[in-house]
Amino acid sequence: MGAQIRVYRQRIRSVSATKKITRAMELMAASRVVRARERAVESAPYTHALTQSLSALATYSNHDHPMTTEPEQVRRSAVLILTADRGLAGGYNANVLKESERLVNELRDAGKEVVVYLVGRRAVQFYKFRQRSYAAGWTGFTEKPTIDVAREIAERLITDFGTEYEEGGHDEVHIVYTRFNTMVDQEARVLRMLPMEIVEDAEPAKPGATLPLYAFEPSAEEVLDEMLPKYVVARVWTCLLSAAASELASRQRAMKSATDNAEELVKMYTRLMNQARQAEITQEISEIVGGASALAEAK
Amino acid sequence: MSQLNVELVAADRRVWAGTARMVSARSSDGDLGILPGHQPILTILVAGEVTIKGEEGTQTATIDGGFMSVDHDTVRIIAEHVDVTAGSGS
Repeated sequence: MGAQIRVYRQRIRSVSATKKITRAMELMAASRVVRARERAVESAPYTHALTQSLSALATYSNHDHPMTTEPEQVRRSAVLILTADRGLAGGYNANVLKESERLVNELRDAGKEVVVYLVGRRAVQFYKFRQRSYAAGWTGFTEKPTIDVAREIAERLITDFGTEYEEGGHDEVHIVYTRFNTMVDQEARVLRMLPMEIVEDAEPAKPGATLPLYAFEPSAEEVLDEMLPKYVVARVWTCLLSAAASELASRQRAMKSATDNAEELVKMYTRLMNQARQAEITQEISEIVGGASALAEAK
Repeated sequence: MSQLNVELVAADRRVWAGTARMVSARSSDGDLGILPGHQPILTILVAGEVTIKGEEGTQTATIDGGFMSVDHDTVRIIAEHVDVTAGSGS
């Protein structure tokens, strides 16, 4: 057998093996993305209920909480970056990191110090490789985040937010995450989380339907103190879920095009192989014919 | 008699929604029972049991602390973790 054919055959075999892997990953991501979207939908009532209660609270108490008041001067900003644990998700991680770089530079240009908090192995690797410092990193759950992780992250951010600047605390918090719009459209987004404006995504109050005059127990301040951290947790949780769905959708898409590409390659190599085989046969025939006629002439 | 619209919401799902005659939960000041026509209230709940007495039976759930808001006979209980322990005849 000709060497050329062997080379092509080998290529086909290796591409087919890769295709099997990418196909499997595509199917896995496809089934998980459905679940991830369900989780995002299921968490909506919680956030919605919390937002509603909180906007009622904000309307009827003019208690100033440090988490809702704009600091006079922002000297240090925190940036929470949500990436995936694994790659092979197309531009997913690159987009988030690019957006975060842009934000960090923007904040630095505005004369603020920046501390970063990372979620996902990819972001941690990115920072380690460049030998940059980061405040904290959480890894190992990005495909399937839990509320406990969200709480852990939020608590850390709130603690540092409450710390004085001199002791390493920050004055505002941004989240860079990927928003899940549709299966084919996800975008890296920046969200400023702290200090927060509560009413932002509450639906506009229906005219006529007055909000009830709530009694607060034990007191409006205490309820607010309890509720705001929960709200931050809910926000982080929503972002994590949206990022997880986006990650899986991106991975599915990336793996689909990888599989399609592999199919194309196999097709191409098969053609080349056939061509090489045909060329070899043609050559053999002409050698035989040439040899025969040479013998006939020699007689 | 008027009824309460109750919504029991955990962070990752809506645990239960329906109508009830009475809801009781443990607030930071002590046990709190809500009947139809209760004044609007927003209260902190501590870890403990929530009991929802409905037409068809009593539903009990354990929460790890959260909030309860009551307005216009709509009761909303919000907690991060909700464990439905016993739902007799739900």
